[in-house]
Amino acid sequence: MAVKVKIPVPLQRLTQGKDEVEGESGTVIELINALDRKYPGLGERISDGGKIRRFVNVYVNEEDIRFLKSENTEVKDGDEVSIVPAIAGGCFL
Amino acid sequence: MDFTEEQLQRYSRHIILPEVGGKGQKKISSAKVFIVGAGGLGCPVGFYLTAAGVGDIALIDNDNVELSNLQRQIAHSTKTLGMNKAESAKKTFETLNPDVNISVIKERINSKNIIDLIKDYDIVVDGSDNFPTRYLVNDACVMLKKPLVSGAILRFEGQVTTILPGEGPCYRCLFEVPPPPGLVPSCQEAGVLGVLPGVVGTLQATEVLKLILGKGKPLCGQLLIYDALGVNFRRVKIPKNSDCAICGKNPTIKELTDSTEEYCAL
Repeated sequence: MAVKVKIPVPLQRLTQGKDEVEGESGTVIELINALDRKYPGLGERISDGGKIRRFVNVYVNEEDIRFLKSENTEVKDGDEVSIVPAIAGGCFL
Repeated sequence: MDFTEEQLQRYSRHIILPEVGGKGQKKISSAKVFIVGAGGLGCPVGFYLTAAGVGDIALIDNDNVELSNLQRQIAHSTKTLGMNKAESAKKTFETLNPDVNISVIKERINSKNIIDLIKDYDIVVDGSDNFPTRYLVNDACVMLKKPLVSGAILRFEGQVTTILPGEGPCYRCLFEVPPPPGLVPSCQEAGVLGVLPGVVGTLQATEVLKLILGKGKPLCGQLLIYDALGVNFRRVKIPKNSDCAICGKNPTIKELTDSTEEYCAL
C-alpha cells in the first residue's frame, strides 16, 4: 500500500489527467521530489527551494502540514495527501 | 412583523420545518446579506436567498452581462446582455420574490468603499473572481467581525468555507498569500463547467441560511473541496494561524489597501 496523493484539477495536466497518484512514504518534500521525477514540472508548481509555496497547502489526512512538521512531516503507507492550491474563480496555478 | 396570507403560503415549506418554523422564517425575513459579485457564484446564492425570503440583499458588480457569461450565470439572460450584472440579477430576483429588498451597487469593491458598503449587513458572501478582492473582502470582514461565506471555483473543482472572525480561522489563515502574478497564466483559458458554480453557490447559500437560523454546524475551520469529475466532497481542516497577518496575535495588516498588482484580471 502506497501513499495516495490527491492532485488538484489545475495540476492534473502534469499527471496525465490523473486526480490521484501514488507516492512513497517518507517526508512530504521527499514525496513531492519523487513525484516530480515521475511527473516532471509537478514539484516546482508546489514547492520552491525545498519549501512548499505559500499559496499551496498540503494536507496529510485532513491535517495542514504547516501545523505539523511542514515539509518534514512524515507520511506513511495508507496516508492520503491532498495538494490544495488557492483558487479564485477562473484563475489557475 | 406578521406574515401575510400570501407569505405564509410562499414560505410554508420552510415554516413546516421544525428547525425553521415561523420564528426562523422571521429571522430570514429580517436578515441582511451582502453578495460580492453577481457572476457564477453570486447568481445561485442570490437566487436561493431571494427565494428563501432574505429581507435585504445587496449585490455588487461593476461588470456587464456578456454572452459568454450565460453558460453559468443563471440570473442573467439574452434579454439583459450589456446590462450591469447586479442590475440584471436584481430584475430576475424581483420577479421571483417581491418581498426581498435588493440593492444594486455598480462599482468595483475596493479598500475605500468596502467598510461602508458591508457594515450594515449581517453576513457577507464572497463570489469574487480574483485574489485581490478575495483577500480584501476577508480582511474587511475580519476587521468588522462579520461572518463571511467564501466560495471559489475553477474548471471542475470548487472550494467553500465559512469564516467566523473571532471564532475560527480566516482566509489568510488558510492561504497566507495569493499566488504571484507570474504563476497565474491566462484566466480566460482556464474555463469552468457551467454547473459547478451552481453547486458551490448553493452550498454557500445553505451556509448563509444556517447562520441566519443559528442551526446546524457551520463550515467553520474547514475547507470543503468539491471535485465534480471524481464526484468527491473532501474536507480538510483549517487551523487558526496565530501568525496570521490579519487575525493572528500580532497582526501586520492594520488598514485595508488595494493590491497594486493585478493577480488575475478577467
